[in-house]
Amino acid sequence: MQQLVDSLFSGPPPVPLWLCYLAAMLLFGGIVVFGFVLPMAGTTTWVERRIAGRIQSRLGPNRTGPAGFLQWLADGIKSVLKEDIVPTHADARLFKLAPYVVMSGFVLAFVAIPFGGPLIIADLNVGILYVTAVTSLVVVGILMAGWSSNNKWSLLGGIRSAAQIVSYEIPAGLSIFPIVMLTGALSMQSIIAGQGWQPWSWNLFYSPFTFVAFFVFFVSALAEGNRTPFDLPEAESELVMGAFTEYSGIRNLLFFMAEWGNLYVIGAIVTTLFLGGGHIPGEARLADAPLLRVPLQFVAFFLKSYLWVIVAIWLRWTLPRIRVDQMMVMCWKYLVPIAFVNLIGTALWMVFFPPALEPVVRALLTAATVLLLVGFVRRIRFHLRHARLRRMDLSFNPLSTASVPR
Amino acid sequence: MGVRDYLRNITDAIWTIGDGMAVTASHMVRKPYTVQYPDRLPDGVRVQDTLPFRYRGILEVDLEICTACLACERACPIDCIVIEAKKDKAAGGLVMTRFDIDMAKCMYCGLCSEPCPTGAIHHTPEFEGADYSLESLVRKFVKEPVLAYKPKKTGETDPEILPILERGMRYIGEFAEPEGGAERG
Repeated sequence: MQQLVDSLFSGPPPVPLWLCYLAAMLLFGGIVVFGFVLPMAGTTTWVERRIAGRIQSRLGPNRTGPAGFLQWLADGIKSVLKEDIVPTHADARLFKLAPYVVMSGFVLAFVAIPFGGPLIIADLNVGILYVTAVTSLVVVGILMAGWSSNNKWSLLGGIRSAAQIVSYEIPAGLSIFPIVMLTGALSMQSIIAGQGWQPWSWNLFYSPFTFVAFFVFFVSALAEGNRTPFDLPEAESELVMGAFTEYSGIRNLLFFMAEWGNLYVIGAIVTTLFLGGGHIPGEARLADAPLLRVPLQFVAFFLKSYLWVIVAIWLRWTLPRIRVDQMMVMCWKYLVPIAFVNLIGTALWMVFFPPALEPVVRALLTAATVLLLVGFVRRIRFHLRHARLRRMDLSFNPLSTASVPR
Repeated sequence: MGVRDYLRNITDAIWTIGDGMAVTASHMVRKPYTVQYPDRLPDGVRVQDTLPFRYRGILEVDLEICTACLACERACPIDCIVIEAKKDKAAGGLVMTRFDIDMAKCMYCGLCSEPCPTGAIHHTPEFEGADYSLESLVRKFVKEPVLAYKPKKTGETDPEILPILERGMRYIGEFAEPEGGAERG
C-alpha cells in the first residue's frame, strides 16, 4: 500500500505523507468492504438457499432476477424497511451496539486476509494471529446481544456462543501453529509464498499431521462461526433464535451478514494456510504482466476459498445440530488432543524426518486424497443408483413424465 | 472408554459424515421435485389432470344418475348439501327442485360420496375455488326441476347415461377396495 502511494507522487507531496497513506488505506478498505465483502456475503445467502433447496429436492428462490440471484437484494431492502424494535426492558445502549461489534469483528478480519497475488489491505507481520484475534470479537458482540436483550433465550444463546468459541479457539489455534512452525512466519503473504501452485506443494500435504490439522481447523472454524452442526447459539428449535431473538430489521440482518461473511473468512484462512493461496501456474512468466497475473491469482484464490464456503453450506444441510454436551465432548476429548498430537508431531517431523523423503510423502498424501475423492464420487453415484432402484427418483413426479394418468 | 472405542468413534464420525455428504450430494445432482404451480408448468399440462382419480377437490353432481335418495344430505356433517325432491305422479318418480352444495362450508371430508349408490356426487380434481363472495361459492346443480334417476333391473342401456354411470361405479368401487385402489398419480 505504501509503495503504491509513494509511486503516485514524483516530488514531495502537498499534504503530510501519513495522511496520504491513511486516505489510501481507508479508500482501499472501503472498496474492499463495500465492493467485495458485503455483496459476497449477500450472494452467499442466495447460494446457500439454492443449495439447501437442491439438497431437499426443492428449487430454492428462483423468481427475483435470473435464477433468483437478486433475492439477497430483495431480502436486504425488506430488512431495511422493517420496524426497528428495541425491547422496553432491554439494555438499549448495549442492544444497539452489539450488531456493530459483531460486524466489525468480521470486517476487521479482511484487513489481513489476502485476495490472491499482491492484493491485501495490510500484510501484517502478525497476520494470522491478528485474524484469529479479531474474529473472536464476534463472540463479544453475540454475548452482548444475548445479555442486553433481557430474554432467557437470548441469554442462553449468548452464553452457549461464548462457551463454544472459547472452547474451539483452542483446537483452531493449535492447528494453525504447525503451519506457522513450517513457514516460520505469521504473515499471510509469507505463508502463501512458502507454497506453490501444485497441489503437492501445499502445506496440506506436507505431512500426515498437517493433513489432519486441516480438518481439525476447518471443524473448529465452523464451530467458531456458529455454523451447523454447531449452531447451538441460534438453535431454532430450542432457543427461538438464540442471541438474536429480539432483533429485527437491519440489526438482525447485520448478524446474519456477519455469519455468512465469516464463511468466506474461514475459506480464505484455510486457503491461505493449507491450500497454497492464490498461486497460479506460470507465475514467473507473467511476472511483468500484472494486469493479467493479478486477476488470475484473485480468481484462483477466490475459487479455492469459495469451495469451502460451499462445503460448509453442504455440511450444514447434511448434519443435524449436535447437543451442548456433545459439542463440548467433541472439542475437549477429540479435537484438542488431536490438535496437540499434530503440533508435537509436526515439530518432530520437521526435526527428524529426512528431507530427501519429503517429496515421497507429499506425493503419497496427494495420491491418497485423489483416491479418497474418487471413492467419494463413486459413493455419490452409488446413492444415485440406490435411489433409482427404490423408485425415489424424479420419475415419481407426475409432471416430469410424458404419460399423464387418466 | 478404551483406546479402541476412542479410535472407533473417530473413524465412525468420519465415515458417517462422509456418507451423509455423499447422500446429500447425490440429491444435489438430481432434478428437484417442485411443481411450479401455477405459472411455470410444462406446456399444456394442468395440475388437475395429474392428480389421482380419487382426489378430494370441489364437489360435483352428475344429475343424470342422481336418485334423489338424500343419503349425501344426511351424511354431511356440516349440512352444506340441501336437496329438495317431491314425488310427482305425472312425471313418474321423484322430481328434484333443488340440489345446492355450499362449497364455502364444505370441509372436503368425502362422507357424502361414500353412501351415494350411483356415484353421482363425487369430488373432482378441481381445487381452484377462490372467489370474491360467499354466495358465488354455493353450487346450484338443479337449474329447472328434473326427474331423478331410477336404476333399471336389466342394467343401463341408454348410451348417454352409460358412461356417466360407469364412471360413478368406478368411483365407488375404488373407494371400497381395502387399498383404496386409486391410481397412483
